[in-house]
This record gives sequence, structure tokens and C-alpha cells, in this order.
Amino acid sequence: MYAVEYQKAKSAADASGLIAKSGGRALAGGQSLIGAMKLRLAQPGTLVDLAGIPELAGIRVESGTLSIGAMTRHADVAGSADVKRTIPALAALAEGIGDRQVRNMGTIGGSLANNDPAADWPAAVLALGATVITHQRRIGASDFFKGMYETALAADEIITAVSFPVPRKAAYVKFPNPASRFALVGVFVAQLADGSARVAVTGAAPSVFRAASVEAALAKAFTPDAAKAAHVDAAGLSSDLHASAAYRAHLIPVIAARAVAAA
Amino acid sequence: MGIAISMTVNGAAVSAEIDPRTLLVDFLRVNLGLTGTHVGCDTAQCGACTIHLDGRAVKSCNVLALQANGARVTTIEGLAGSGELHPMQAAFKECHGLQCGFCTPGMVMSAIDLVQRHPNADEATIRAQLEGNLCRCTGYHNIVKAVQQGAAAMSR
Repeated sequence: MYAVEYQKAKSAADASGLIAKSGGRALAGGQSLIGAMKLRLAQPGTLVDLAGIPELAGIRVESGTLSIGAMTRHADVAGSADVKRTIPALAALAEGIGDRQVRNMGTIGGSLANNDPAADWPAAVLALGATVITHQRRIGASDFFKGMYETALAADEIITAVSFPVPRKAAYVKFPNPASRFALVGVFVAQLADGSARVAVTGAAPSVFRAASVEAALAKAFTPDAAKAAHVDAAGLSSDLHASAAYRAHLIPVIAARAVAAA
Repeated sequence: MGIAISMTVNGAAVSAEIDPRTLLVDFLRVNLGLTGTHVGCDTAQCGACTIHLDGRAVKSCNVLALQANGARVTTIEGLAGSGELHPMQAAFKECHGLQCGFCTPGMVMSAIDLVQRHPNADEATIRAQLEGNLCRCTGYHNIVKAVQQGAAAMSR
């Protein structure tokens, strides 16, 4: 990789200041960023390390919400008794990210800020209507994901935590690419506390999105058969050497049905 | 442009001035001469570079040395105490859990992390939990046997 400067931040505000001053990038777990730097797809002049900042750590259960600190490792979400008790679908999702070694380094905040088209966390955040909390503001899930690797975050804005409203039930199922294990299609289904059905899809398009037709079907009956009977249009879906847009469109109701069955 | 770094590697304090872009695996192999940790794919897929960072298995080709600043690192060289193999190393030897041996250091480090979390792991759990370690010789059958035997030995 190209030469890079390194600074360690003491707080989220400190990290923001260091990034604004240097034009650099935040380093969370580095499981996507370091690989991108090795390939020279990313060439930050400065890395500002967020490790060890107290305000980015911790998992808290408050009235009806589960809050996960931005620097929480996937493995720690997967193993958290609080997560398993309140929203077990999130623990299962975290346990399915990458492999054990990646889960031991990678963080929820890093994954969301990166917004990889096939990342798992964006589907959970969008389906549950979570709130992304930064050191400056609160961003609703529907306003956060802007496009491929693009979010509503300013360049010097630091995610501190994600707040998930506890749903009635939820589940995430992905159809992994056999080689990379990234989601070819991943579907997070949820029945929210108010009874509404939400369905978010990752891996199938440049950015995570809600599957309106599957949501409409599940609003009538939250059953696998209802999900499976929904029609998803292939327009706008990704087509690549792994799967055509039509195949991804076919997979979405199928995987959604499996998720409803698991919820 | 050097940055001071210090950590505990296999129980010994080490410190150096390094280029910030130095990967942890290169720090271990080049600066410290601990070449038991291998570089296989260099893209965080194969797991040959797996070490323990504060007791947890990570891929050292995908971690900056500076991310381990102040941490406790264990490599394959740190497992055998006073000339005796770690029970997991012994199990790999007895079960012939290796063919060419290139992936073995990473397999052993992942296996120990696995057994510490799942002391009674069944075969399916072992296979799933070793997803991040690839054996190019495809010697998985004996590797799984070795992990099971190593797990039993570690619990004694």
C-alpha cells in the first residue's frame, strides 16, 4: 500500500478534528479499508484510529431499544447476551459476517460507514428503522444509505452508535456467494412493534433497499407463503458474473420467505 | 516517518520504530523474525497468517502493526512451553492434520480460539468455525479430527 500517516484519536470529536485537518479517513476495524488500501483502491493520506475511544464502545438496552456502540466488533455483537435476548436476529447476522478472524476485528460502525453493496449490517439497520447516531446528529435509516459505498455522513463525521428499536420478530437470511461468502442476496425481514412489516435487501443492487412488494404481501399476512408469492421487478438490480438481475429478483422473495420462517 | 510501537509478543516486551503502513504480519516476520506466521493469500481470505491479538484470532495480514500497539500478541512460536508441544500442536501431529504444512500455523491458532469458545464443539461446528482457514491440500478431514483430539486434550 501507499505510505500513510497514522494518528490515534482520543474521542469522536477529536477524531473528527483530526480527519478535517488532515483530509484523512477513520480507521475502525480495518477489515475492508486495509484490503482496499493494499489494492490501492483507497489511498488515504492519514488514518485516524478510532480504537479505544470509550464513547464508541458498549451495548445498552434501554426502553424498547438496543444501542450498539460503533466500535463493537461483530464477534462481540454475536456473543452478547443483551443482543440475543432483545433482537436475536442481529446476533445471528453478526455471526454470519465474514469468518471468525474478520468478526474479531470488524465493527458495526465501520461496516455502516463503508456501505458495501453486499454488507449485512445495512439490511438490519434499514429493515428495523434504526437510527445512526454520530458525534453531531441522529440520522434515520431511510436517510443514511445514499448509494454504492455512499452514505449521508460528512467526511469528518464519526458514527458513535446505532440504536435499534426492538421489533416483535425479525430474521436475516443470506444466499452467500460460494467463493466470497458475501451476500448474493441477503434479506432482513421484521415485524416492527407497531405490527408493520419491513423488508430490506442487500447484495442485490448498488445499495441496500426496501422491497416494497414483499412488504405489501407481508402486511396482509406475515407468512413465508405470502413472501414467496410476491413479485420483485429486476429493473435496477445488479447483474454480474455471479448472478443476473433476473436471478436476484427471483431470489429475493425466496430468501424473504426463508427469513419469515426463521423469524 | 517512523512511529514508536510496543507490544507483548509471546510473553516478551518488544518495541520498534515502524513505517505506519507496516502490516502486523510483516512486523512479526521481518522485524521480529517470527516466520512461523505465514503469508498465504495476503487478502484476508486464507487464514495462514492467523495469530492471537489479546487472545482472539485475527488475520495479521489484514491488521496494521499499529492496531496492535500496546496489545498482547501470541504467534505459533509462543504455544509450546519448555520444549513441549501445545496439546493442539500435538494433536495435529498425531492425527496427521497437515500435508504440506503451509496452512498449519493458522489452523492451529484458529483451532485454539475455537476450542476456547466451544470446548465441546462437534464436527459441524468445527468445520463452520474454521471457515476462515483454507487448506490448499484439502486436508480438512484430518484437520477436523486433530481439532477434536486437541479439544479433548485441552480440557484435561
